[in-house]
Amino acid sequence: MIVMEHISKRYKVARRSGGAGAAMKSFLRREHEWVQALDDVSFTIRDGEMVGYMGPNGAGKSSTIKILSGILTPDSGRCTIDGLTPWKNRIEHVKRIGVVFGQRSQLWWDIPVIDSFELLRDIYSVDPAQYRRNLEELTALLQLSELLKTPTRQLSLGQRMRCELAASLLHSPRILFLDEPTIGLDAVSKLAVREFIHRLNREHGTTVILTTHDMQDISALAQRVILIGRGKILLDGSLDDIRRAGSENPGAQEEDLDRAVANLYRRLGIS
Amino acid sequence: MKKRKWDALSLYMHYIRLSIRSAMEYKASFFLQVASQLLLSMTTLMGLAFMFMRFHSVAGYGYADVLLCYSIVMMQYSLAEMFVRGFDTFAGMVRRGEFDRVLVRPRSEILQILGSRFELTRIGRLLQAVVVFAYGVSHADIFWTPLRIMTLLSMLLGGILLFSGLYLVYAGFCFFTLDGLEFMNIFTDGAKEYGKYPIDVYGEKMMKFATFGIPYALVQAYPLQLLLGRSDCPLYALFPLGTVAFLMVCHAFWRFGVRRYTSSGS
Repeated sequence: MIVMEHISKRYKVARRSGGAGAAMKSFLRREHEWVQALDDVSFTIRDGEMVGYMGPNGAGKSSTIKILSGILTPDSGRCTIDGLTPWKNRIEHVKRIGVVFGQRSQLWWDIPVIDSFELLRDIYSVDPAQYRRNLEELTALLQLSELLKTPTRQLSLGQRMRCELAASLLHSPRILFLDEPTIGLDAVSKLAVREFIHRLNREHGTTVILTTHDMQDISALAQRVILIGRGKILLDGSLDDIRRAGSENPGAQEEDLDRAVANLYRRLGIS
Repeated sequence: MKKRKWDALSLYMHYIRLSIRSAMEYKASFFLQVASQLLLSMTTLMGLAFMFMRFHSVAGYGYADVLLCYSIVMMQYSLAEMFVRGFDTFAGMVRRGEFDRVLVRPRSEILQILGSRFELTRIGRLLQAVVVFAYGVSHADIFWTPLRIMTLLSMLLGGILLFSGLYLVYAGFCFFTLDGLEFMNIFTDGAKEYGKYPIDVYGEKMMKFATFGIPYALVQAYPLQLLLGRSDCPLYALFPLGTVAFLMVCHAFWRFGVRRYTSSGS
């Protein structure tokens, strides 16, 4: 279970001009601006839920994901994930989560994918029998058998994303964070990725937290949507709630989800 | 605890195997880099040779003495670059967001960064240093006692620790700014350039700085006295280990940087 209570985070953003001299000077004395990335954010996510985490760029999505995955320490508030505080029990916590950054690969570029997988096995100290089982299952579900012996650099984006998903799941995490997992994929790969995530959630009860701008991803995967804007939670509900809130006529539902979201962003003044 | 240490070591070896396999994907490029490393360091050596054609000694050190000093510093530097290169290229890692990936894995950050890059191409420079060292030894009439062999080993170890510390500081700076960090090269590349002469050649002020500031002298000028038979004080063999203290300070700075990163996220 994930519990976020009154989490706030402000960033100091340095302002300075370029160049080595300015860099040295700014090291000693900086000029700052404060940006409120998260403002009293609270939510609870139960085990086995699939949640879409949405918001325009700069709304605080990645700050939230960074806090949940132990990369970032908030200024105030409490967060426990299965009893652990991510930024305090980083090592213990990250054993239990998987993270896929859609735009950044975690596979070694020049060597076959299977070599990266074996390194991950050692990084997470996965029991060999467990590793074999997971690898077999992932290979079958994501159709990786042809890809495992191929160097990452020779994979298409869709093939690579399938490998990335497998790489994040070799250690059987209880929670999976997906950051734009279908960005840039063709239709076939998108469907394969969605299908797989669904199955993972159904069969293993893995909690999935998905950030994306792709409304089709959200409608295909998420039973629940959390909408964030300017660091605040603006809506926490179902897709129908989004449709209703984003409709131009009161009481009606907007069928086109992209339009509903666009209307909603405009109405809330966060776009 | 002991088991965890072995586990970390075997993971590190796994990283190195992958690094070597990656490098071997581009064999031609690899061998060209090794060759260029060799040639580049050759020019420094020729500079030294020309110098000693005109002057037969510098501040009491003869050609063979300086060759010894130069080759030992070269070995320290190339070994450090080989193993600790991950910290030298850390700015790119932060810029590409790869450090986030490091933080979401259940291993120490340092182990993962060391593993991220093992620079086998530095073998070129290392080889050249070994050859020069052999030449220097044969001309310097060093009688090898166990103490002198130990001194040499502690110089190599201390040198690697010293350069590792500098790389750690450099990487620590990356958490504050990613621009204008080239000034750090003065302390690494510069040390390699100027370190070909024993530091005491540069006078008392430099010697003080290189003892109490950035302790270059601890890994060359002082223990060199023992190696060259200019002193009998066996304590000089332990001087290079003073770099452990330096490394600890650098590590504290690095930790400070990591904490800042996790509280600012950029």
